[in-house]
Amino acid sequence: MNAIETIQDQVISEFELFDEWDEKYGYIIEIGKKLTPMPDQYKVQENIIRGCQSTVWLASEYKNGLVTYYAESDAIIVKGLVSLLIKVYSNQEPKDIISTEPYFIESIGMKQHLSMTRSNGLSAMVKQMKIEALAYMN
Amino acid sequence: MNSTAEISPYVDHNGNLVVERIRKDFPILNQRINDKPLVYFDNAASTQKPKVVIDSISNYYQTMNANIHRGIHTLAERATVAYEDTRISLQKFINASSSEQIIFTRGATEAINLIASTYGVQNIAQGDCILVSAMEHHSNIVPWQILAARVGAQVKIIPINDSGELILEAYQALLNEKVKLVAVNHVSNTLGTINPIETITELAHKVGAVVVIDGAQSVSHLDIDVQALDIDFFVLSSHKFYGPTGIGALYGKKHLLEQMPPYHGGGEMIKEVTYEGFSINELPYKFEAGTPNIADTVALKSAIDYINFLSKDKIRTHENHLLNYATSLLTAIDGLKIIGTAKEKVSVISFVIEGVHHQDIGILLDQKGIALRTGHHCTQPLMGRFGISGTSRASFAVYNTIEEIDIMVDALKNAIKMLR
Ligand SMILES: Cc1ncc(COP(=O)(O)O)c(C=O)c1O
Repeated sequence: MNAIETIQDQVISEFELFDEWDEKYGYIIEIGKKLTPMPDQYKVQENIIRGCQSTVWLASEYKNGLVTYYAESDAIIVKGLVSLLIKVYSNQEPKDIISTEPYFIESIGMKQHLSMTRSNGLSAMVKQMKIEALAYMN
Repeated sequence: MNSTAEISPYVDHNGNLVVERIRKDFPILNQRINDKPLVYFDNAASTQKPKVVIDSISNYYQTMNANIHRGIHTLAERATVAYEDTRISLQKFINASSSEQIIFTRGATEAINLIASTYGVQNIAQGDCILVSAMEHHSNIVPWQILAARVGAQVKIIPINDSGELILEAYQALLNEKVKLVAVNHVSNTLGTINPIETITELAHKVGAVVVIDGAQSVSHLDIDVQALDIDFFVLSSHKFYGPTGIGALYGKKHLLEQMPPYHGGGEMIKEVTYEGFSINELPYKFEAGTPNIADTVALKSAIDYINFLSKDKIRTHENHLLNYATSLLTAIDGLKIIGTAKEKVSVISFVIEGVHHQDIGILLDQKGIALRTGHHCTQPLMGRFGISGTSRASFAVYNTIEEIDIMVDALKNAIKMLR
C-alpha cells in the first residue's frame, strides 16, 4: 500500500463516523472553509479548471521529489472535496500520484460530485493533478 | 343543478384546482429522492408528464406504429391520422389560422435555427441588424450570431432594467429600417418576466422588421393567440408543457413560410425528384424532411388535451398563488435577493444569497429531495448583466403545492446556516 492509499483509508474511516448526510456535508463544508488559501501568484486565469457552475483553481510545485498542490474553489462543498484531494495527493511522489485513483470519493458517498463533470471541475481537477505529476517525472 | 365542472374531482367548490388529484396523474412525483419525498421545482427546464401522455406513447407503439404519409395500409393510416391530429390540436392551442402553419421540429431550438437558416439567410444581408433582448436563452442568441457572421449583419441587444423588464424606449431607439428581425422570448426562463410581445411586434412592424417570439416558457402558463398578437414566427417545445421531449413546433405566417426555402433535404419535403433536381412539397411538409418523431408527436396531443381539461386559467390561478407565497417567504430570508422582479411574471423565481454559492444550495437541497435549478440557466449574458455567475431557481407547475414551498424554504434556511 502506498502513502496515498493509506491517507485515503484514513479519510474513509473518518467519514464512517457520520450517520447523517448533514453531518457529512457539514464536515466537508468546514474543511472547505479551512483550506489553506492559494498563494496569490497562483490564482490566475491559466490555473482555472472550469466547470459549468463552479470554478476550481489548481497549481503545483515540485521539490525534493514531491509534488505540492494548491487549490481553491468559489463553491464551498467543491472546495471541501478539493481540500480532501489535496490531503490525499499533496506531498507525494509523482509515480504514486499517477498510479493511484481517488477511490475514497466513492467510499465516502461523494461519487456523484466527481461524475457531475459538467457542473464542477472536480474530475477535471483529478486529471489535471495527474497531468502535472506526469510532467514532473520527465 | 350541478354542472360537470362542479362535480369534477379536479375542481373544488370554489372553482380551484384540486392539486392532490392532479398529482395522482403524474407517476414520477410519487417517489423518494435521498430518502425524502421528491419536490420537483425545475419545471422551467422540463415539466413532468401526466400518465395520459406516457400511456399515449406506449399505446402508439402497441397499436399504430408505422411510417406516416407513405403507406396505404391501415397502420400507416392510423399513425398518419394521429400525427396530423396533433397538428390540428396545436393549431387550435395557439389559435393559428391553419394547421399547415404548424411545422413540427425537435423543439424550440431547432425551430429558431430553422428560421435563421432559411428566412434569415434569404432576407438578412450585409449591414442589416437583428435585435435580441438581454434576457434571451442561448437558443435565441447563438443562431442569430451564426446568421449575422454568415451574412455580415449585426446583432444588437435590447437592454433591460434592474427588475428584469425590457426598456421599451431603448428598444424604440434601436429600431430603424436596418433592423430586419427582432427575436425575443415571451417569458424569460431565468427571470420569469412576461414580455409585452404585442407592443414589441407592433413597433417592429412599423419599421418593416419580422418578429420571432420564443414561446418555450410561455405556453405552459399563458394563453397564446398568434393571430390576435399578429405574430410572425412563434416557437415552442412540448417538454415544457407536460408533453414528451424531442418534439416542438414552429408557427409562421403563411406568406412567410411559403416564401422561405426548405431547411433540410430528404424524404417528405419533396413533391418530385429526378436525377436532375427536385420540386418542393407544400406546407407544412416542405420543412419536415425525413421520418419525424411520430410517437412523441402523437403523445403531445394528450398533453394539450390535459391542459385544456384543467384549463389554463385555473392552472394560472394556482401557479400565481404559489408564486406569491414563495416570493413572500423567500424575500423574508436574510441576505436573499430575488433576481427578476418584473410586474408581469410567471411562476419562476431566481435568487441569489449573499456569501453563498448557488451550486452549494443545489447540492444541499438535493440531499433533501428538492430539485432546484442552479447555474446560469443558459442565459450567460443575462448573468453578466446582473453581475452574477448564476442563480438558484425554483419554477412551479400545476402539480406543485404550498407544502412543498414550505419544505424548500426550511431546507434553504438550513442550508444557509450550514454554509455561512
Ligand atoms: C426561453 C427558452 N428558449 C428556448 C429554450 C430551448 O428549448 P429546447 O431546448 O427545448 O429547444 C428554452 C429551454 O430551456 C428556454 O427556456
